[in-house]
Amino acid sequence: MTGAAAENLTFGKAINAGLRAALADDPAVLLMGEDIGQLGGVFRITDGLQDEFGEDRVVDTPLAESGIMGTAVGLAYRGYRPVVEIQFDGFVYPSFDQIVSQVAKLHHRTHGAVTMPITIRIPFGGGIGSPEHHSESPEAYFVHTAGLRVVSPSTPQEGFDLIRAAVASNDPVVYLEPKRRYHDKAPVDLTAPLRPLGPAALAAQGSDVTLVTYGPLVKTCLQAAEAAAADGASLEVIDLRSLSPIDFGLIESSVRKTGRLVIAHEASRTGGLGAEIAATVTERCFHWLEHPPVRVTGFDIPYPPAKLEHHHVPDLDRILDGVDRALGRPNSLDSLDPFAAPVPLGSTSDHTSGA
Amino acid sequence: MGSTSLIPPSTGMPHVPEPDLLQVLTPEGHRRPDHDLDPWLEDVTPAMLTSLHRDMTLIRRIDTECTHLQRQGELALWPPLLGQEAAQAGSAVAMQDDDYVFPSYRENGVAYLRGVDPLGLVRLWRGATFAGWKPQDHNFAAQQIIIGAQALHAVGYAMGITRDGADAAAIGYFGDGATSQGDVNEAMVFAASFHAPVVFFCQNNHWAISEPVGLQAKRHIADRPWGFGIPAMRVDGNDVLAVMAATRRALERARNSGGPTFIEAVTYRMGPHTTADDPTRYRDAEEVEAWRAKDPIDRLEKHLAELGEDVEALTADSTAAADAMAAELRAGVAALADPEPADLFDHVYAEPHHELERQREHYRLYLEQFDGPQLEAGVR
Ligand SMILES: Cc1ncc(C[n+]2csc(CCOP(=O)(O)OP(=O)(O)O)c2C)c(N)n1
Ligand SMILES: [Mg+2]
Repeated sequence: MTGAAAENLTFGKAINAGLRAALADDPAVLLMGEDIGQLGGVFRITDGLQDEFGEDRVVDTPLAESGIMGTAVGLAYRGYRPVVEIQFDGFVYPSFDQIVSQVAKLHHRTHGAVTMPITIRIPFGGGIGSPEHHSESPEAYFVHTAGLRVVSPSTPQEGFDLIRAAVASNDPVVYLEPKRRYHDKAPVDLTAPLRPLGPAALAAQGSDVTLVTYGPLVKTCLQAAEAAAADGASLEVIDLRSLSPIDFGLIESSVRKTGRLVIAHEASRTGGLGAEIAATVTERCFHWLEHPPVRVTGFDIPYPPAKLEHHHVPDLDRILDGVDRALGRPNSLDSLDPFAAPVPLGSTSDHTSGA
Repeated sequence: MGSTSLIPPSTGMPHVPEPDLLQVLTPEGHRRPDHDLDPWLEDVTPAMLTSLHRDMTLIRRIDTECTHLQRQGELALWPPLLGQEAAQAGSAVAMQDDDYVFPSYRENGVAYLRGVDPLGLVRLWRGATFAGWKPQDHNFAAQQIIIGAQALHAVGYAMGITRDGADAAAIGYFGDGATSQGDVNEAMVFAASFHAPVVFFCQNNHWAISEPVGLQAKRHIADRPWGFGIPAMRVDGNDVLAVMAATRRALERARNSGGPTFIEAVTYRMGPHTTADDPTRYRDAEEVEAWRAKDPIDRLEKHLAELGEDVEALTADSTAAADAMAAELRAGVAALADPEPADLFDHVYAEPHHELERQREHYRLYLEQFDGPQLEAGVR
């Protein structure tokens, strides 16, 4: 194989290619999930893999997520590397107990004697007009759980690279697929060497504001960077790729340069990734910050019905509004919370902006 | 054996490991005697059969109309029930008003017969709301997408009925695939432990998206409840009389402190799983054709003809009623308004929540920065 063999692939096909490579590389790898065999999954991410590798490597399971996850644990005990598909984000919860109490903890419980090299693939996020439970962003639950690694690719190449890295990892990895980007196309180098799971990527260089994001919003944030440039603001966009652990090194060096931080995600705000990043950057880069970190996120509501989802999911305009705030330009929060804007110390008296 | 002794002798249900398929109407429309079900069909008259025919015709029309509406872009998605009309109508007409239904997402025929406005179904499936009706108005719970969750809800509701000493029952609907979920199995444990007045109504339509029922159960689904101490009936789900009789029997048993009953209605999903599904990827056309010969509406028409009824006339009546309903539905759809952005923040909590109020206010201020049209932009 030659390194020049970049193929134009959709995001979905790139993940499919990564799974194919993982199955071909290691007989211990097996795929489990609902409708992943003959159908190829409801998003066709496993399309053709059962035909190629057989029903004992690409396994249609009974309809029970706790069953899928719990048996994956047993298979891992036996030396297998299960890659399980959860059909949609909102259906992971029946398996939550197995993930949190078993998958995440067994390595620790056994003093490292037992590894849980399980990859948990979850199409996540909104924007495709789905019914309830089909558009959620559950990453914070997993990031909050010690013992799990959590990643989310944002491009076809990352989709390919990260699924291979996830399957190769000896830790359990929650692999969150931004489902509304499945049809995005880009060249993918299928001969790329296996790379580590952790590092974030500098998706766009800039000097005025650091914009941190991941998964489905990377594309939107890059569009925001273009729009901001036309408005005279230079955004540095960081694609986290790994949500646990977070590559704070890259974020810190960027913030030390820009002095301003905006974090964007679809997931709701309270207790989300934005909070963690804002807190850590404030702890570590306080003296470089020229404005408090700004979060642009989904609201603290259940993911809404499809007709309203475009209000909930941060779009270009809402991200730019957050950027304006970080830059001290006029923005939507001015009248609600004037004191979040930089003001000279000692000049505030009546703090009335609510809790 | 021990397992049968757990089952109260009062159940009167056959203690056989593989109950035969209970059937009253053959696919050819002949009425055959059935000593288990006949006692529950003593009031059947040609008028009642005509009414069942009309119910099934209307249910089928709602279903096909909604499939069309989805193709026309009015609905985001639709889960067809084509082929399952008898299972839904037969069970729905067996209920009393006080009985409470816990459906999945496919019981749109049951919804209709519980008085839910089809426009409510449309609002739900077009993505304007998560509940197109008020559950209390129809004793019909909000639809459930999380497979199997509602089985436990039905049991809990039934436990409440017992505590209140009320004369009612709960009925939980789910599919063959759902029987694999922990929730459904736990529901059976609780129902048995608490002797709950509940009916588990499983529509075995042979498929869970692309997975055949054989992946979920190696024996008949109706064999499983016995092990939990719950008697079960396996009925021909395309036979509206058998379904009605079995459901009447199970509900009556529940209301008379007889405890839970499980019904497996053996039917077939003639259409795709939803309008987003392509069943040609995983099942043979011959299988579908074989089931077409067992069509529940055709079967009832043959039976009515055998009874000497004027099938042409009653079909014309049912069709006219369906046409009128469909016209009303389409007119209603044309007049539907989209939800407002402020609705986003409603009903998340029952009591005031200051942080969420702040987010609502912030978003209002945010929207104020624009003049109208930008708000309609889709997700980018
Ligand atoms: C917990 C959960 N897992 C997966 C799904 C996705 N899903 C929706 S319907 C379905 C198949 C259900 O099959 P069955 O129970 O037989 O009901 P049917 O659709 O045939 O009426 C699946 C897997 C879901 N909705 N909820
Ligand atoms: Mg089914």
